[in-house]
Amino acid sequence: MAQTKKSNLDRRVAVKAILAERGDALVVTGLGSSSYDVGTMDHPNTYYLWGGMGGAAMIGVGLAIAQPKRRVLVITGDGEMLMGLGSLATIGAEKIRNLSIVVLDNELYSETGMQPTHTSRGVDLAGVARATGFAVADTTSTLPELKSWIPRLYSTPGPLFLDVKVNANRYPLSIRLRDGAHIKNRFRESLLGSKAFD
Amino acid sequence: MKAANKPATPPAPTWPLDIYKVFKQIGIRQIAYVPDAGHTQLLKRCHADKNMRAVSLTTEEEGVAMLAGSWLGGDRGALLMQSSGVGNCINMFGTIRECRFPLLTLVTMRGEWGEFNPWQLPMGQSTPAALENAGLVVQRVDDRAMVGETVFAAATMAFQTNRAVAVLIGQRIVGFKDWSK
Repeated sequence: MAQTKKSNLDRRVAVKAILAERGDALVVTGLGSSSYDVGTMDHPNTYYLWGGMGGAAMIGVGLAIAQPKRRVLVITGDGEMLMGLGSLATIGAEKIRNLSIVVLDNELYSETGMQPTHTSRGVDLAGVARATGFAVADTTSTLPELKSWIPRLYSTPGPLFLDVKVNANRYPLSIRLRDGAHIKNRFRESLLGSKAFD
Repeated sequence: MKAANKPATPPAPTWPLDIYKVFKQIGIRQIAYVPDAGHTQLLKRCHADKNMRAVSLTTEEEGVAMLAGSWLGGDRGALLMQSSGVGNCINMFGTIRECRFPLLTLVTMRGEWGEFNPWQLPMGQSTPAALENAGLVVQRVDDRAMVGETVFAAATMAFQTNRAVAVLIGQRIVGFKDWSK
């Protein structure tokens, strides 16, 4: 059971620490708060989802297969990950080496009125990831622990799964980049250069 | 038993190979699929191809997301599924449409020509309308000789115009399901 004492870790503090070391990693975010958090440190090689709930991890898969020399980091929430649990099985079976998934797990559906998710009732996402064959899967709930994980997010052979327990802090919507075609085209141009138009 | 008395086995159909050839011609590198009997031969070839990665999914919507990711990374891909899987994809198709991702999906039809399983009819019969409602261009093929050309035309449209295009491969092409096997 992953449910323990409530975490004191703030999601934006966690995201800031993770993204500070992103280097040339490619980032995909799950809809809702995760996109807003990551948007505070905008980067052309971030693909933000504003919909497609449950799809973030699999977008990471397609991207990781296409770009085997780059690390792909998916940052999403517990609700979004729960909607795509099957994708953990696909990733475990496929053993995508350059893929890491970070779940910002506040145990709540923040966007819809702070209803509890299954992780608040003992569902252990890292345990699911481990059972599907992820090379590395764990849960963390403090900043020092998270900081020791960060280099591994970008280098350890994956698939890697890290459930980061965060507190219930909410922030105003900070990201203005909303047009899907623009987010996609910006990402491709930045990554592929002129080949983006082939 | 004399060889002449053996029941005649029809030759393996060539349309799956035609699709594979089109995949190679247009540079498909990622295949996302939930298996369907109609795609058996094609999937074997894709798995055997070192320049392709064929990924078996738990549900079809994973494939829609995966191919969005493949395009972000510069790879062309295709989603193979049975018509019953189309309903699983609808919300994820919204992401494809909003972002104008190209998407090529080949749907083998059930619930139409010679179907014996009543449970296949509801999704099979609503597949074209469901796809069109979700914003996909729908192109249908019922002649085995036209499969390769139809897939090529659909792929051209998908990747040249950044649109989602579905090719419905009629149940008549796939043939009756043999439940003795």
